[in-house]
Amino acid sequence: MDWVFLTELAINGALTGLLYSLFAIGLVLIYKASSVPNLAQGGLTMVGAYVVLALARDVGLPLWAAIPLAAVLMFGLGFGIERVALRRLAGRPVVMILMLTLGLDIFLRGTTLAIWGGTSRSMELGVSYEPLFLGDIFISRIHLVGAGVAIGLFVAFMLIFRSRTGIKLRAIADDYMASWSVGISVERGVGLSWALASVVAVAAGVIWGEIQGVDQALSLLLLKGLAVAVLGGLDSILGAVVAGIILGVVENVGADFLDPLVGGGSRELIVAAVLILTVMIRPHGLFGHHDIERV
Amino acid sequence: MFYRLSGVHHANYVSDSRIFKVPADRNLAVFVLLFGLAAPFIVPSLYLNSYMLPWLIWTAAALGLNLVTGWAGQLHLGYAAVMAVGAYSAIHAARFGVPWEFALIIGGLASSVIGSLFAFAALRVKGLYLALTTLAMQFVMDWVLTHSPTITGGSHASLQSPTLALLGQEITSDAGYYYVAFGWCVLVTIFMLNLKRTGLGRALVAVREKDFAAAILGVNSFYYKILAFATSSFIAGVSGALLVATFFFLAAPEQFSVNVSIQVLAMVIVGGLSSIIGSYFGVALILLVPGLVNGIVAGGSLSLGMQINVETLAHIPNAVYGALIVIILLIEPLGLGKLYGNIRDYLMVWPFDQLRK
Repeated sequence: MDWVFLTELAINGALTGLLYSLFAIGLVLIYKASSVPNLAQGGLTMVGAYVVLALARDVGLPLWAAIPLAAVLMFGLGFGIERVALRRLAGRPVVMILMLTLGLDIFLRGTTLAIWGGTSRSMELGVSYEPLFLGDIFISRIHLVGAGVAIGLFVAFMLIFRSRTGIKLRAIADDYMASWSVGISVERGVGLSWALASVVAVAAGVIWGEIQGVDQALSLLLLKGLAVAVLGGLDSILGAVVAGIILGVVENVGADFLDPLVGGGSRELIVAAVLILTVMIRPHGLFGHHDIERV
Repeated sequence: MFYRLSGVHHANYVSDSRIFKVPADRNLAVFVLLFGLAAPFIVPSLYLNSYMLPWLIWTAAALGLNLVTGWAGQLHLGYAAVMAVGAYSAIHAARFGVPWEFALIIGGLASSVIGSLFAFAALRVKGLYLALTTLAMQFVMDWVLTHSPTITGGSHASLQSPTLALLGQEITSDAGYYYVAFGWCVLVTIFMLNLKRTGLGRALVAVREKDFAAAILGVNSFYYKILAFATSSFIAGVSGALLVATFFFLAAPEQFSVNVSIQVLAMVIVGGLSSIIGSYFGVALILLVPGLVNGIVAGGSLSLGMQINVETLAHIPNAVYGALIVIILLIEPLGLGKLYGNIRDYLMVWPFDQLRK
């Protein structure tokens, strides 16, 4: 047993896991406010990355200006999606809301590719591809940056949830009927959660776009994001961060053991297994509320 | 005026338990059935085999999913995986030399067994969590298919389907394939029409509405959930096998990927949960309209002299497909079946609207 190698796998797994958290935070924000499972988060992430690239390449803005501008645009898009689509289906059975977000996902993906084409583009953030050496351990710089962004967003959301607006959001998450009756605008709160999730999608899109290129594969993060969100408890941001680290380590170390046995590609299998086992054993996840209705 | 009725009024139980409670509906069904039988002589064979045949088989598959999602109320995002089990077992059986009649049944039964595994998730959780679990199971099945060459047929990952032969007749003509699809679709439709008025159908609806209320009434919800999953998986398996045998001719794992699961669910929901005629409409819309729109856009841009990027054209059907799902759900969350029902209810009593039932 090579402990250095194992540590390297675990550390890089944890960093990758934090990048999954970056994606999952968007899912959690929306689920927390409106109990809607946002299966369009993959599509939003893809749109976010493409918008940043469009601003940087086609308009010619520098990246440091393109990313905040894209965040503002996506904030508007998130608000708009909630206003036009989700609000009209509020209170409908979950199957219809799931289908609506799936339809949105397909629509966003199709439109993005129809406008910008499907060939993979590179983000070119300017982060060096040279690995960082920590003793004998290699660490990828971009993963480190991404993990920093994920933790930064987590801290930012913790602070936002302490502000006046954030307290309103927490009230809506806790009980929207009660929030309504004390005069909190639930609609605006839910819209805000969609807008914030879209901003998170820009961050995830930029980091993941740098790692694997900006193309359709960005929307495939959905399964991993869902596994992280469910493992953490669908309504806990802290849960998303912790579960991201856990899933990343399990995936990276597990794939190293399993790949030689099954001939490669066991990562997806591990993620799916984590999702199934979480739902079967502990549906409310590590930090979620206990009000999951069991059969 | 159109229906020669002023509402549906039953005078006895026999009339209440008829399949078609309105004579005009029955006449319409007979007309559609006759048209379906005559289609190979009327419709050009290009349209027959590239539009009507997949439409009929997907309708049969969608009706199977409707049984479990619409009637029993269990979300299922792994339906394509179940279809794959049926397709691969039937084709392997047929390649092994089993007659096609039995191969199809073997495919259906194999699907039932695997599909019942999905039911064990349904025994534990429901709603969103069931959807996520079945989605994860679909990914597991995709993985198994792409990683086991013995099932999917070696390095090319495609498996040739042997020539379809039913009742000792080899089927090779376009009309023959069409009649096989048509027969299967009619069979499934008759089953689903009758489901409404059987104890099984009522029990499933009871489970959907409130499972513990159903338990109080003496309906064993565990038993009926497994039964619903097994029955719908049987339909899925045979439909998957027929799809490969009469339409694709080659089985490949992408034909049963997660996108296909989402597509079948979209067909069911756009058509309308627990609506049979809705499933026909939903499948037609999801399967045919994106291609039609693409044709219109391509033709329009050509006649206007505009140059549209090839890649743009390739992705427009997807955008349209997503937009259709969203628009239909926003206009009428209960789907096209409900829209049809609204029009029918309006015409039923027109012009005597005050007599609405």
